[in-house]
Amino acid sequence: MKEDTVNIKDPVLSIRNLSVAYDKGKYAVNDVSADIKRNAVTAIMGPSGCGKSTMLRAINRMHELYENIETKGTLILNGKDITDMPTIQLRRMAGMVFQRPNPFPTMSIYDNVIAGYKLNGIRLKKKERDEIVERSLRDVTLWDEVKDTLHKKGTFLSGGQQQRLCIARALAFDPEVILLDEPTSALDPVATSKIEDLLVKLKENYSILMVTHNMSQAARISDYSMFMYLGELVEYGKTKDMFTNPKDRRTEEYLTGKFG
Amino acid sequence: MNAAAKITAANLSRRTFKDRFFKGIVFFLSVVTISPIVLIIYKLVAKGYRQISLNFIIKTPPDTFEAMTALSNGELIPGGIANGISGTLLMVVLASVIAIPVGVITGIYLYENPGKPLANLTRNVSDVLQGVPSIVLGLIAYMWIVKPITSGFSALAGSVSLSIMMLPMIVRSTEETLKMIPQTIKEAAMALGVPYYKVILRVLIPTGFSGLLTGILLGISRILGETAPLMLTALGSTIINLDITKPTSAVPLLIWEFYNDPNMVDLIWSSSLLLMAMVLTLNLVSKRIAARTK
Repeated sequence: MKEDTVNIKDPVLSIRNLSVAYDKGKYAVNDVSADIKRNAVTAIMGPSGCGKSTMLRAINRMHELYENIETKGTLILNGKDITDMPTIQLRRMAGMVFQRPNPFPTMSIYDNVIAGYKLNGIRLKKKERDEIVERSLRDVTLWDEVKDTLHKKGTFLSGGQQQRLCIARALAFDPEVILLDEPTSALDPVATSKIEDLLVKLKENYSILMVTHNMSQAARISDYSMFMYLGELVEYGKTKDMFTNPKDRRTEEYLTGKFG
Repeated sequence: MNAAAKITAANLSRRTFKDRFFKGIVFFLSVVTISPIVLIIYKLVAKGYRQISLNFIIKTPPDTFEAMTALSNGELIPGGIANGISGTLLMVVLASVIAIPVGVITGIYLYENPGKPLANLTRNVSDVLQGVPSIVLGLIAYMWIVKPITSGFSALAGSVSLSIMMLPMIVRSTEETLKMIPQTIKEAAMALGVPYYKVILRVLIPTGFSGLLTGILLGISRILGETAPLMLTALGSTIINLDITKPTSAVPLLIWEFYNDPNMVDLIWSSSLLLMAMVLTLNLVSKRIAARTK
């Protein structure tokens, strides 16, 4: 990995020698190091099974949910080693949005947004809760669509709205970085473009790290791009540079559709 | 001769006949399947409805002499089965209080540790338990409760035997319900930093609540009509008893007692009708709940 390709000062997240193995010795992510820029959209691209989601999930320690997953390396979020943080604090700082919209089916739209506080037993005054819900829903441009139905179930929304609700749920914690795992792959083109616009807007206040299967999406909205292949970080740089002048042959072949 | 020409008129009529024949068989067998329940309900209503009244629910049964007098005067048998209804409710509630927490927690354990040896053992044992004859469970409860604890027949002993019957159903339905909840819902909660026990209590159980409830209701409807284990444990009682350490009646026990008394035969039908109505209601309610969530 050539670290000289990107020079990022005061990164929101530093990944150093990250390796993740599902089976002992078989690395899905192999010795990846990268710095992630603040207030920018960074896209992680690569063919299926290249380890991009695995890497993303290492950042908020989702792998600890499952046995037998071995994680090595260091992740520094906002200057602090993530293994030194309690998971609740880490996951407040690194909000995650999944491939399929997954609002809590038993909760209203309102409760879904505030779920992180409610489920963790963080008591807030009603006024504070109302503020958080409104701010988060405005951030994801869902407020005007749902403000009269806040107490209806979140699952009544359309797929695109549900995904924006899930982003709002992550934003409610005011995270440092938002991790998105192919957030639009289950959505139609109109809903997709709404989410893309939203991400570009959100980078003013948040740092965004997004796994995407879709090269044109990465080209449209990301500032920096990573290309991963077989668990390795092959190339990392400004999106514009990578798409116009890829340095690695594999990147070029992927971008020109020769594989992936 | 080409293939199309082979479909002659005779050939076609034979096919049509075959088709009709099989349709007929399918229809006939479907009718055979549903006819028992229709006949049962018809018989129970026809023979039992006259006895059903408020008194039937709030009074205890008459003695043989009263019943005989009423019969010879051509009147309805006086009294009711309040002791059975109250006993059944008491024991079902107590059995549920025992079986639901144990069953749900075991089900969660099985869901969380699908491959562990202890989980596999538990799952298999629970399946075997489902097949244990109910009279054997009554015998066990007799050995565990009647002799050492209540030193005599008791509602508690009855409830314990019923709770063992319910347990496997609740364990299985809890596990199956939780399995149907998408993994992504669980991950969504974990990604918010929610501690594990809270993910289960506040997210998974509410999400699967209707499934759990369906399993519990079916378990209850299963034990409502159990007679054999109660004969060895609760024994029966002629009065309304709400003391769990004392012998207690139940609707199915009363049906058995009425069967053994020629003067009380009319009460069999009305008691059975009531029991059937309770079971059927529970079944329909749980079906509705299950359908609503799909």
